Amino acid sequence: MAERRGGKKADKADKADKGGAAQAARTPAVPARLAVRKTYKLYLGGAFPRSESGRSYAVTSTDGTHLANAALASRKDARDAVAAARKAFSGWSGRTAYNRGQILYRVAEVLEGRRDQFVARAASAQGLTRVRAEEVVSAAIDRWVYYAGWTDKVAQVLGGANPVSGPYYNHSAPEPTGVVVVFAPQNAPLLGLTSVVAPVIATGNTAVVVSSEAAPLAAVDLAEVLATSDLPGGVVNLLTGRVPELGPHLAAHADVNALDLTGTGEDATAFEEAAAQTLTRVLRRGPDADGGEEAWLDPDPGTSRMTPFLETKTVWHPIGV
Amino acid sequence: MPVPHTASAPEATTDRALRTFLHGLPGVDEVGARARAQDLSTRSIKTTAKAQAIDLAISMIDLTTLEGADTPGKVRSLCTKAALPDPSDRTVPGVGAVCVYPDMVPTAVEALRGTGIGVASVATAFPAGRAPLSVKIADTAAAVADGASEIDMVIDRGAFLAGDYLKVHEEIVAVKEACGDAHLKVILETGELVTYDNVRRASHLAMRAGADFIKTSTGKISPAATPPVVLVMLEAVRDHFAETGRRVGVKPAGGIRTTKDAIRNLVLVNETAGPAWLTPDLFRIGASSLLNDLLMQRTRLTTGTYPGPDYYTLD
Repeated sequence: MAERRGGKKADKADKADKGGAAQAARTPAVPARLAVRKTYKLYLGGAFPRSESGRSYAVTSTDGTHLANAALASRKDARDAVAAARKAFSGWSGRTAYNRGQILYRVAEVLEGRRDQFVARAASAQGLTRVRAEEVVSAAIDRWVYYAGWTDKVAQVLGGANPVSGPYYNHSAPEPTGVVVVFAPQNAPLLGLTSVVAPVIATGNTAVVVSSEAAPLAAVDLAEVLATSDLPGGVVNLLTGRVPELGPHLAAHADVNALDLTGTGEDATAFEEAAAQTLTRVLRRGPDADGGEEAWLDPDPGTSRMTPFLETKTVWHPIGV
Repeated sequence: MPVPHTASAPEATTDRALRTFLHGLPGVDEVGARARAQDLSTRSIKTTAKAQAIDLAISMIDLTTLEGADTPGKVRSLCTKAALPDPSDRTVPGVGAVCVYPDMVPTAVEALRGTGIGVASVATAFPAGRAPLSVKIADTAAAVADGASEIDMVIDRGAFLAGDYLKVHEEIVAVKEACGDAHLKVILETGELVTYDNVRRASHLAMRAGADFIKTSTGKISPAATPPVVLVMLEAVRDHFAETGRRVGVKPAGGIRTTKDAIRNLVLVNETAGPAWLTPDLFRIGASSLLNDLLMQRTRLTTGTYPGPDYYTLD
């Protein structure tokens, strides 16, 4: 058994993951080392559980090579994810914007430390050239820094004192809307995913993320980064699986406050209709929705992905006598 | 299958007779009780069976508010919810009863007039039970006079643990007398009884003394209504029925917050005491937040979409 597992298949995996390590395995004197393969699981409430259903599905690279098995999330995993996100909301939205910025910056720091892993993943899974993979990972790291900077500035830009005709001090401030379900772009598993998740949590929302179905591994790797970056459990919950299976339940869920439909493809209209039943906010698919990572390279995406998930609170306060 | 008894019912209620009887009860197999409760908790209840179980569980709830901060307004809104749990769906049954402190009984009786839902009142110096017997009886009599149809009394755990079974017995008998027509539920406070053997003894003691219901806990102590404790108490009522022909009810209270917990309790009842106990007359669940979860699960079954807590009243 050990012989078989240490044989050809493991060599192949070694080549893909570690390069030079495969050389040692071929030396006859040294017994072949067993490959340590990762189990790709979900990320719910700060833990990495398997799917409640026990199902998984095969993930391949763009050229058809088997990479790993990922958990195939079920309707009940989606329900649990919403419950975890709701539980985390008061804590996360109650943190100071400055502290949220620190944590998002910390995500960038940890991601930078694991840059090689992400570059190798982007190259092997998506078939990007080394140069392009470096570019995409750098952009993903910079995106966390970008939104880390926005956390304590978005209130000044979107809120402020309103001039009113009366003896009142009147001001408006943006507040997070609550639990946001993010359907991540299908063709941009790292930079695209980062670009849709970071703006949601930067303002204090909590997120349920349905990753790209064909390329979920980068998302699970990213979840490991989030889990080790002081981001409280439940702020980001990651489901790997099929949008047509999970989407209808998430879109119609009454405890979800907003949807980002970026990765929903043809289901977008149906989800929007289901969401309307409970007055759930919706961010429609943009022109970048089906593009690859290149579509997300713009270094300054602005506030357009934060504002759809904010509510404006306006306070009237009497002044003078 | 009833637990074989080595002792039979005491002839006279002397301290010695009670002791002989209670200590003659077979011991509880603790590991077995846990394993049995765990095993029964894995039953899968889905679709139409689940819908029935949810409605049954709603009709068994003693909707409870036992806070120092209870106001007449809060009690009234709880009563409104008891009569019509989901205002948008009139097919939802009313709950079993509303459970309040004695001074809130008049408010609750007034609010529930014409709904057919009874008012249960805790009494006898709830939750500690540390008061003279005369005070406990006066407490009970006042609640009954104000219109409570059910009385939840606490036993004197101190006396029970000290082995003074006769004192516990006599208190229950005295309170039962003060109840008149009102049903008497006896709270054992299993979290303070330490062992399952004690739970079994206290159950039999309460039933011998005339309890109409035996109830696990006050809800103020943790652990409260754990599945093995409910199992042991259900075995006790089953054995008591086999021996005397009188059916005594069981009321778990405290810690039952989800539909899953409630349905697991119903499975325990069905498999231990039997289907005859699956009625609000013989099984109640003391809870407050459970009702919202049952309503949400009910909505999920009828509409197919997941509901959110924002759509239900705060308790």
